[in-house]
Amino acid sequence: MKKNIVDKLAKSTPVNIAHNIKGLSDRTLAWLFISPTIFLLLAINIFPLFWTIYLSFTNYKANRPNRVIHWIGTRNYERILGSSDIWGYLQATAHFVVWTMFLQVLIGLILAILINSNFKTSNFWTTIILIPMMLSPAVVGVFWTYLFQPQTGIFSYIVNFFVDVGPLNMIGSVKLAPWAIVIVDTWMWTPYIILLCLAGLRSVPESLYEAAEVDRANSFQKFLYITLPRIMPFIMLALLFRGIENFKMFDMVVELTSGGPGSVTELASISLKRTAFELWKTGYASAFAVILFVTIFGLGSIYVKALNKVKS
Amino acid sequence: MINNGIKPTNTTKRIAMVIVIFYALVTMIPLVWIAMTSFKSPNDAIAYPPKVFAKPSAEGYINLFTARSRQTKEYLDSLGPPKTWYDKIVRSRNMVITGPSNFMDRYINSILIGFGSTFLSVILGTLAAYGFSRFKVPLKEDLLFFILSTRMMPPIAVAIPIYLMYRKLGLSDTITGMIILYTAVNVSLAIWLLKGFIDEIPREYEDAALVDGYTRLQAFWKIVLPQARSGIAATAIFCLIFSWNEYAFALLLTSGTAQTAPPFIPEIIGEGGLDWPAVAAGTTLFLLPVVVFTIVLKKHLLSGITFGAVRK
Repeated sequence: MKKNIVDKLAKSTPVNIAHNIKGLSDRTLAWLFISPTIFLLLAINIFPLFWTIYLSFTNYKANRPNRVIHWIGTRNYERILGSSDIWGYLQATAHFVVWTMFLQVLIGLILAILINSNFKTSNFWTTIILIPMMLSPAVVGVFWTYLFQPQTGIFSYIVNFFVDVGPLNMIGSVKLAPWAIVIVDTWMWTPYIILLCLAGLRSVPESLYEAAEVDRANSFQKFLYITLPRIMPFIMLALLFRGIENFKMFDMVVELTSGGPGSVTELASISLKRTAFELWKTGYASAFAVILFVTIFGLGSIYVKALNKVKS
Repeated sequence: MINNGIKPTNTTKRIAMVIVIFYALVTMIPLVWIAMTSFKSPNDAIAYPPKVFAKPSAEGYINLFTARSRQTKEYLDSLGPPKTWYDKIVRSRNMVITGPSNFMDRYINSILIGFGSTFLSVILGTLAAYGFSRFKVPLKEDLLFFILSTRMMPPIAVAIPIYLMYRKLGLSDTITGMIILYTAVNVSLAIWLLKGFIDEIPREYEDAALVDGYTRLQAFWKIVLPQARSGIAATAIFCLIFSWNEYAFALLLTSGTAQTAPPFIPEIIGEGGLDWPAVAAGTTLFLLPVVVFTIVLKKHLLSGITFGAVRK
């Protein structure tokens, strides 16, 4: 009898559990594998985030660490939201994000369609086109400073070769500087959009096109009703990633224009750096950082919800 | 490959090829120009109109790697004749080499911090990605979203508390501190990519191994890891490129000991203003490995970039 019960138990144990008794169990292993990452992220991301939130309610100045810290409630937030400068920085950031996204998707999509015709050596040239997006944005900002020199830089020289506009002071002019940063970012990141659009174009099954041909659709209709909806999720994903990155943009613009002339290209992150690490108004800057994060997070979440709707 | 449902004719392909090659060449002009500038003399670099063909000069590279001081003619005459070819060039500008510049140190720091953080991110990332992929983890979706949201903070915002924290812990301006920080930043990207790659590996292989008496750990090591090799490689490349290119944290958290190349290059000041050939030389040397990487490892890069869009 005993044997039967033991036998029955043994036979009824699911295979997974039976074998996991040898060696570490799944639960232990899962914990072991994931916890180092969680600890690291808690230490470097979450704890600092809470510290920032705490600081945003104080008047702490990091260059006077021994001064008495006062809790000042929401005064920092009120000052920020009430100050007119902030809207200038957000406007500069918005101009940058909107124009870079628009130009990159426009140029990227067109180029992806062209590359997708699969002419000979297209692979080689795609690799070449890839290069700019792999470079350090800060270093890119530095050398474009050289290219944008009004007299001696080749950008102005080449433009004047086609259109006589006189020496272009891309970086020093209030009107042109916002376009300088758009141009450099587009130079760098259009390849990213090209790649995502290519992935999208290649994901459309040929059978759909053939079925449309049977229904006698012309190429424009095929593009509009088959291609476009299919690559929409890819384009939207690209917009999400690049949009978030450009909202946070710092490296390239700081090296190219330092936020100038004046504060015409002073993006949100640049202003944040100045407040926190030059003026040392740490508490005030922390409040600004929280506002920025909430904005990005909020916009990002809304966008992701919309993206999921489009995908289904 | 059908493009928009149109089977591209040879003429269409040829037109597409011309446009794409034109775009690729135009994109490369800035980089080629910078490389050429690194071999010009400082005067040629600011010539108007910009000189395409100039007498090659090694001054850019010499100035990049050395620290010099300007001396009076009498002092220069009192020294013996210049011993090496670079001494000769420096003397001709009325200067004397006083020692090596900091460039080599910064470059080496970039290498150490880059590879160190990549190594750690890939290890932590692979383990965590496997954990999320194979095990029932409580709050899995929330944890994954939390990991993704750590990328929404602008680096400057994160830098404020990290700066304070590192100051307290004595990690300011240390290579260890930077490696930890970059690992924490990279690990979220690593997990996201690696989880996708690992999800693609059929579980049947591991289940079969478990039935055969392997422990979960052995199944992971002997079966999953080899299959995930190319995904791991792609992830490693991205982490390396990010760490190599990083600027904001390096700028704010390091000054002398642990400073990497990106914040250093803009500071290459020559005698009497910006020494463009030296800056160009530093830029060229810094960007060259990435360009080579991109061309050689293109397949891995592509699988990583389009990955996020094609899966999930």
